[in-house]
Amino acid sequence: MDERNLAELKTLSKEARKLFIEMMANLGVGHIGGSLSIIDALVYLYYREMRVRPQEPRWEDRDRLVISKGHAGPALYALLAMKGFFDKKELMTLNKLGTHLPSHCDMKLTTGIDMTAGSLGQGLSAAVGMAIALRMQKKDSRVYCIVGDGEAQEGQIWEALMYAGSQQLDNLVVIIDDNGMQIDNYTDALNAVRPFDKRLAAFGFEVINVDGHDFNQLDNAFYKAKTIKKRPTAVIMSTVKGKGFSFCEGKLSNHNMKVSADDLASALKELA
Amino acid sequence: MLESIEMRKAYGDTMIELAAKNPKIVSLQADLTGANGMKEFHAKYPDRSFNVGIAEANMVGVAAGMAACGMLPFVHSFGTFSTRRCYDQITISVCYAGLNVKIIGSDPGVGAELNGGTHMALEDAGIMRNLPGMVIFEPVDSTQLKSALPQIVDHPGPVYIRLFRKNAEKIFGDGYVFHWGKADLLHEGSDVAILASGVCVKEALDAADLLKSEGISARVLNVSMMKPIDKEAVISAAKECGALVTAENHSIINGLGSAVAEVLAENAPAPLERVGVRDHFGQVGRARDLMETFGIVAKDIAAAARKAVARKA
Ligand SMILES: Cc1ncc(C[n+]2csc(CCOP(=O)(O)OP(=O)(O)O)c2C)c(N)n1
Ligand SMILES: [Mg+2]
Repeated sequence: MDERNLAELKTLSKEARKLFIEMMANLGVGHIGGSLSIIDALVYLYYREMRVRPQEPRWEDRDRLVISKGHAGPALYALLAMKGFFDKKELMTLNKLGTHLPSHCDMKLTTGIDMTAGSLGQGLSAAVGMAIALRMQKKDSRVYCIVGDGEAQEGQIWEALMYAGSQQLDNLVVIIDDNGMQIDNYTDALNAVRPFDKRLAAFGFEVINVDGHDFNQLDNAFYKAKTIKKRPTAVIMSTVKGKGFSFCEGKLSNHNMKVSADDLASALKELA
Repeated sequence: MLESIEMRKAYGDTMIELAAKNPKIVSLQADLTGANGMKEFHAKYPDRSFNVGIAEANMVGVAAGMAACGMLPFVHSFGTFSTRRCYDQITISVCYAGLNVKIIGSDPGVGAELNGGTHMALEDAGIMRNLPGMVIFEPVDSTQLKSALPQIVDHPGPVYIRLFRKNAEKIFGDGYVFHWGKADLLHEGSDVAILASGVCVKEALDAADLLKSEGISARVLNVSMMKPIDKEAVISAAKECGALVTAENHSIINGLGSAVAEVLAENAPAPLERVGVRDHFGQVGRARDLMETFGIVAKDIAAAARKAVARKA
């Protein structure tokens, strides 16, 4: 990627983090860590990769995105607002009674969301179904699905991976957010779900390892994914939970945490 | 008045005491140890604590195997995920197999708060109620929880505990003793009986106050065991008060209201009004706001009581 493109994505990722942290601070509490580990990937997907139409959110030929780790909804809301799916002002209604923006992704409530999630382990199966249906309809739409590393402890994830490989779904990209943490502990300490690359290769995937906060690596990975035929691609992103703000970055306590006015002030300073 | 101790802390502390006496007790978790207050237990008994990661179905199956080899497993998650997420495993590997596994579901109903609709267990007790042999217990406060837990340990079959996480309204004094399968009479009354559970019990007591000022005498019962339901208490409420109301932080379908309706229909038909979540999903919000939105607070219970009284023949 050239310098100008890279600089643009970096600016966009700052804007996304700003909107995100203002939204969380306005409520004072929320799922911080898992949003910040995927927010750079979302910036890449929405600004360089996916074909979507904010003015026509249900456009049939769009690419689909399933955030299977549904608790990262707020990161997605920041991106949807930036793209113009809804007004940025709406972000301040997050989790308030009657909102269209609940903690977990909800396709019935939020414009621009392709699949409801929140009960971990279910979104990837739906993404597989989407990829099969789009292929049946001879559409060239692609399906992207973000799965948490802790989430991948659910058996259903491996049922879906097995079927995606078996169905040779080259229109599906599974993105693993390997931030190494879940709620109670480090993922390796509870139930060792790694190594993702060897396991997914054995399930029939083209596997690409990337730093999930490096736009050049993301660019190469998604570019390559489009060249792969007759098998699905897995982009295994090494990420940092809570990335970008020192009050939360890399801390095991950042899954669902309070955000004070001071935290917001320090966060905004770090973005400047 | 709110209790000074969180329900989850009361649960975790009591489990530590019980485990000291009973070496068979083991705890299984699926990455939500904090929500159910078992962090200290896991730190104190690392050899008897297993966190399987985010894999509830596997957790229940592993627990069943442990029970088959003589251990006494307690499995934990949010009420949504410790019931419906592993319903077939509970049905077959636990209940049908006749194994003794205790199931804890935290943050029932409005307790899920900002986690919203996907996490709001409004049908958990209902689906557990369908399972032969399953006992369903929803403690109203920490005193009742502490009194009941030793009996739950001694009970030779599965029990589902609906565990509210935060500080509950104090209902019982220190001398309280939990009686298995019995409703607790909290307030005597003769015109209508309100049978309530969980966070709706305090609302029922407040409703009784509202009704008193209108000259309606309301009996209030705490029904912490939805199954086995206290049939005698339901039948005598029907016979002595002639009208009933149920109030619960759960769907009215297959919840406490259904359990009471079944007893009434077969034994002592009487007008019944059900207060609860009326066949819709949950949503995000603070617990109090949600209770008002769902219509399960004192004024809703009082309105239902007036309606039930008016329906008396
Ligand atoms: C079936 C299910 N079990 C438990 C939970 C509660 N929960 C929400 S997020 C989470 C941890 C997720 O860890 P991971 O997938 O690694 O996500 P991240 O680190 O990106 O936050 C858990 C246990 C849930 N939402 N769904
Ligand atoms: Mg993780």
